[in-house]
Amino acid sequence: MSETIKVPKLKAKDFESDQEVRWCPGCGDHAILKQVQAAVAEIGVAPENVVFISGIGCSSRFPYYMNTYGMHSIHGRATAIASGLKAARKDLSVWIVTGDGDSLSIGGNHLIHLLRRNFNVNVLLFNNEIYGLTKGQYSPTSPLGLNTKSSPMGVIDHPFNPTALALGADATFVSRVIDRDPRHLKKTLIEANEHQGTSFVEIYQNCPVFNDGVFSNYTERGLKEEHTLYMEAGKPLVYAKETKGIRLNGLKPEIVDLTTGEFSADDCLVHDPTDRTLAGILSRFFDKLEDGGLPRPFGVFYQEDRFRYEEALQLQIDEAMASKGEGDLDALLAGNNNWVIQ
Amino acid sequence: MQDTTEALDEVVVLFAGDSGDGMQLTGNQFTNTTALFGNDVSTFPNFPAEIRAPQGTVGGVSGFQVKFGSHRLFTPGDEADVLVAMNAAALKANFDKLKKGGVLIANTDGFDSKNLKLANCADVNPLQAERMNEYNVQAFNFTQLTLDTLADTVIPRKEAARSKNMFVLGLLYWMFNRSMEPTERFIETKFRKSPELIESNLKVLRAGYHFGETNEAFAHRIDVKPAELEPGVYRNIMGNQATALGLIAAAKKSGLELFYGSYPITPASDILHELAKHRNFGVKTFQAEDEIAAVASSIGASFAGSLGVTASSGPGIALKQEAIGLAVMLEIPLVVVNVQRGGPSTGLPTKTEQADLMQALYGRNGEAQMPVVAANSPQEAFDAVYEATRIALEFMTPVMFLSDGYIANGAEPWKFPKAADLPELKTQKISEVPSEGFLPYKRNADLVRSWAVPGTKGLEHRLGGLEKDELTGNVSYDPDNHEKMVKIRAEKVANIANHIPEQTIDQGPESGEVLILGWGSTYGAIKTAVAQLNQEGFEVAHAHLRYLNPFPKNLGDLLEKYNQVIIPEMNDGQLINIIQAKYSKVCVPLDKIKGIPFTANEIKEKVKSIYPES
Ligand code: SF4
Repeated sequence: MSETIKVPKLKAKDFESDQEVRWCPGCGDHAILKQVQAAVAEIGVAPENVVFISGIGCSSRFPYYMNTYGMHSIHGRATAIASGLKAARKDLSVWIVTGDGDSLSIGGNHLIHLLRRNFNVNVLLFNNEIYGLTKGQYSPTSPLGLNTKSSPMGVIDHPFNPTALALGADATFVSRVIDRDPRHLKKTLIEANEHQGTSFVEIYQNCPVFNDGVFSNYTERGLKEEHTLYMEAGKPLVYAKETKGIRLNGLKPEIVDLTTGEFSADDCLVHDPTDRTLAGILSRFFDKLEDGGLPRPFGVFYQEDRFRYEEALQLQIDEAMASKGEGDLDALLAGNNNWVIQ
Repeated sequence: MQDTTEALDEVVVLFAGDSGDGMQLTGNQFTNTTALFGNDVSTFPNFPAEIRAPQGTVGGVSGFQVKFGSHRLFTPGDEADVLVAMNAAALKANFDKLKKGGVLIANTDGFDSKNLKLANCADVNPLQAERMNEYNVQAFNFTQLTLDTLADTVIPRKEAARSKNMFVLGLLYWMFNRSMEPTERFIETKFRKSPELIESNLKVLRAGYHFGETNEAFAHRIDVKPAELEPGVYRNIMGNQATALGLIAAAKKSGLELFYGSYPITPASDILHELAKHRNFGVKTFQAEDEIAAVASSIGASFAGSLGVTASSGPGIALKQEAIGLAVMLEIPLVVVNVQRGGPSTGLPTKTEQADLMQALYGRNGEAQMPVVAANSPQEAFDAVYEATRIALEFMTPVMFLSDGYIANGAEPWKFPKAADLPELKTQKISEVPSEGFLPYKRNADLVRSWAVPGTKGLEHRLGGLEKDELTGNVSYDPDNHEKMVKIRAEKVANIANHIPEQTIDQGPESGEVLILGWGSTYGAIKTAVAQLNQEGFEVAHAHLRYLNPFPKNLGDLLEKYNQVIIPEMNDGQLINIIQAKYSKVCVPLDKIKGIPFTANEIKEKVKSIYPES
């Protein structure tokens, strides 16, 4: 989202608060904070017009580290608080920072309603597939079988697929990034901010303390080539240094080898973020490669222009004022049926 | 034909019928007309929780009680002078409310064998029972009369029968010599899309009136002169409506935008309906996905500089409490309206109760004091919610405003104020960095911090639910700081006592034998009882609390001026516990937990039972 007035060039440093950052050393949150500060500076919005709202969890400490307006609220409700904030003040640049527990478990209801209403805000969902702050219980995105303190015999809850969930809730901007790819992270944040509507950014974030390495397939040299697929609008879906690609066989996506000469990039699916069906298919690339799955997509799955709640609300107010005139308190108090006692 | 007219000071009419019989509409119309005529009125609608409760059964009976008179009234009355019973179930459910010798107007069509069975009347028609000799029974087949009236129109039979309530209404207008004009205007507006329905309803209404005129059985008319109310311009208003208007007025007078986050719940939804109509006042209503989002969105709006308001009833308030605690911690203005209903759990959604006082005072985790203000009648809800908003804005705090089902749905005349006469409301907003620098939790002499709103350069700050450092608002785990902050937050609320009026005596001697201490919607019943008791020579006074936290400063002293203090409540004794603990004064409880308001008589009897023998 973006609509606020541009100001003289600011630096990432201008958005750093005086508070000492308290995440564990090596936590993915540090890298994300840096990129958010850089992105907000690059966007060029004045700090006083920016509000960061978070819920509860490690990631939700985020607002304290931003030299903007901010609220570290209560568990799961950042999305709902931000809804009221944006409805009241559509001029503000509103960012929601949340985690997999905060917004997919305790705050799941608010998240889907935020997405369908399409407030012009940005949702940064830090997904580390674990509860960090409460010291290591499984989360709604933890994979089946994971052993944690609260699942000593393995997780038996089927995990959420956050991007598919967002698409299901009719989100108008759905994307995935990872903490260890700062350039792509910042670029996507800027795109999310430019999008008019709720921008859903799932950020894979490593928690070295309780769930170290869950995303290493997508970060480690020698693994990430095979496991990650970067989606770019208008470009064919190729990966692994262009040695592999994705094509549709009927409605079924499959991996094709681009080195044998049988297939070329021209045979591959071309990414189109305005295509809801395609976004649906790509969001379902969720099984592990080892289990016969497909590479994990990163980038923007889907983007659509749809009216924003706060604008529609303002329109109704303008319309009512135009047709009935600005509210006259005396007329309202008097109502339509009066009588006089002498 | 010669008719006799009896002059009465006050009359209670109780309309009762099946939920589909239109009794609420009929009662409302009658109320409006008689209020416009100049009577004082007080109403009590009583309807089933189910939208379509089983037809013809006692569970499906919908009632509307209205008292009107030529003097000030404070309750909808203990007993009915006139009972309208549209079917057997309606009579069965309400017969005990009819005064001995009162008028019973019954629709015989609703007393056929099918209806008798549905009402479990064991085939004995109660209209023919022996005890009916003691009443003035006027039983007619109003359904048939209505059908006959519309026989030569295009209206289908089934549709035609539905307007029988208009026939009865017309008849009552004749009985009380009231003009049909206000209802005629109402019909014309309501059915403006369908000229046939305007015509048929007007026809039936007038037929009912003429039926009274020509039918000898109704030779008896009752005359209730206009009331001698304080001079001025009046309107009729219901409690939820008054609450909504009070909020709009408060927003306007404080120069803030009103944001109302709410989730539909009985009996609070009408506030949302009313507010949603007034977008041209800049009112932003937000129907949230649940109660928690409703309060959370309002907190977001308050943080953004709007007047954030949320409302619900008991069960919804329970869901909101964690977020209200956040507002306590953030120290931002927020008005939380609780239209109480019977509890616990889903309880009695359409019935009234005052059992959320403890929830309002202590329902949050941790030490989380918040001011509590209660309305005492439908029209007074306007002033009370205005006052609740004043406290929220002036003291940067969430405030719980207590109403209840009785206030919400009751109606009474209101001598509405002029906008210019409403007190100005000030906020703690600051628009620039103070000369001594900005610290988010720096306080004024009343311990109130400033309201720094996003968009203001130089005032960027972060708030949160974690304990905060005394001045900076930064997260602090320091043990001494926590204790200090808990005390400061409590003291801030306690200090509000310096900024509210002292408790006054509503009626009765300034000291003496008995004080009745009430709060909320028991006001009318207590007031009526005390007026009568004083006349009968009892030394009884009435004080009614608007401020339940903090209490007015003089309350303790005031209690000491009476030998005995009775505390009537529609709960199992909540205020009494608080008063006894705080002032070490042993009081007498008077509890009623039936989902229905006190009658004045119940209060009188209690007083007499504890009054010393002379
Ligand atoms: S527990 Fe995990 S997620 Fe939380 S701060 Fe430490 S490393 Fe980061």
